[in-house]
Amino acid sequence: MRLHSKILFALSTATALSAAPLSFDFKDPKGVNNAVFKLDAPLEAINGTANGVSGTLSFDPENPSKTTGSIVVGTGSLHVANPMMKDHMLGAQWLDAAAHPEIRFEIARIGAVKADGGNFSGEVTGKFTLHGVTKEITVPVKATYLKDKLGMRVPNQKGDLLVLRSTFTVKRSDYGINPGAPQDKVSDEIEITLSLAGASPR
Amino acid sequence: MKTLLRRLSVILALAASVTWLALGRNTGWTKTSVTTMKTDPVTTLEYPVTEKRFVPGVDLLGLCLAGAGVLAGLSLLRPRTPAARP
Repeated sequence: MRLHSKILFALSTATALSAAPLSFDFKDPKGVNNAVFKLDAPLEAINGTANGVSGTLSFDPENPSKTTGSIVVGTGSLHVANPMMKDHMLGAQWLDAAAHPEIRFEIARIGAVKADGGNFSGEVTGKFTLHGVTKEITVPVKATYLKDKLGMRVPNQKGDLLVLRSTFTVKRSDYGINPGAPQDKVSDEIEITLSLAGASPR
Repeated sequence: MKTLLRRLSVILALAASVTWLALGRNTGWTKTSVTTMKTDPVTTLEYPVTEKRFVPGVDLLGLCLAGAGVLAGLSLLRPRTPAARP
């Protein structure tokens, strides 16, 4: 009877553990996590990167549509190659990094989820905050769940990785980023590409 | 003086052009860093690696060529001649 109870307890615990969503931390010590932004205006193309990524997601590989959490990019980590352009970009007239130090995307719901082994894709709807303005947007996301692969990036650390990729476009005028600036020099459309890996250590 | 200004003008224009050509013929703005994309072997994510490097752009080239033009223009000015005494 005792053995029977123990087996039942072990089975129920294992089931509960396997069903529990995993928490993935996107503050990557290797500095791989990044956002690339592109503004392609007729007179000038502006390309830049950002690597100040953080945030956590709760992800269940058995039920990816229930994923919750948020991704944050530090505004001050945005980088372009020309130092004067960078000063202007982070200054009060454009992104105003001092007043709005974070760019945030908070997941509200996920639809059109397709799963293929450890690969998932879906339409993620959430609150996107840029320059202090929050709007609900829907973005396509591809995710790859790499079970037990954390040790390949962080030696002697067991755990899983969650890789996210997404490319979407927002309009700077929607977020009050110098809306009066000529759009032939600075495009209204900002194409953002996110390349992120989150770690869930055990 | 005229010869000196003209020589300076030519030297400035040549130095600026050669430097701009040698450092990458960048047709954009001057850069103080260069970003290249690498691929993480585990996640296969592409990530930027930024290194500090000075790459002159057309703004700096234009400024130097304009400076050379000003020097050349100055060399064409006639020196003031003292008024002839009666």
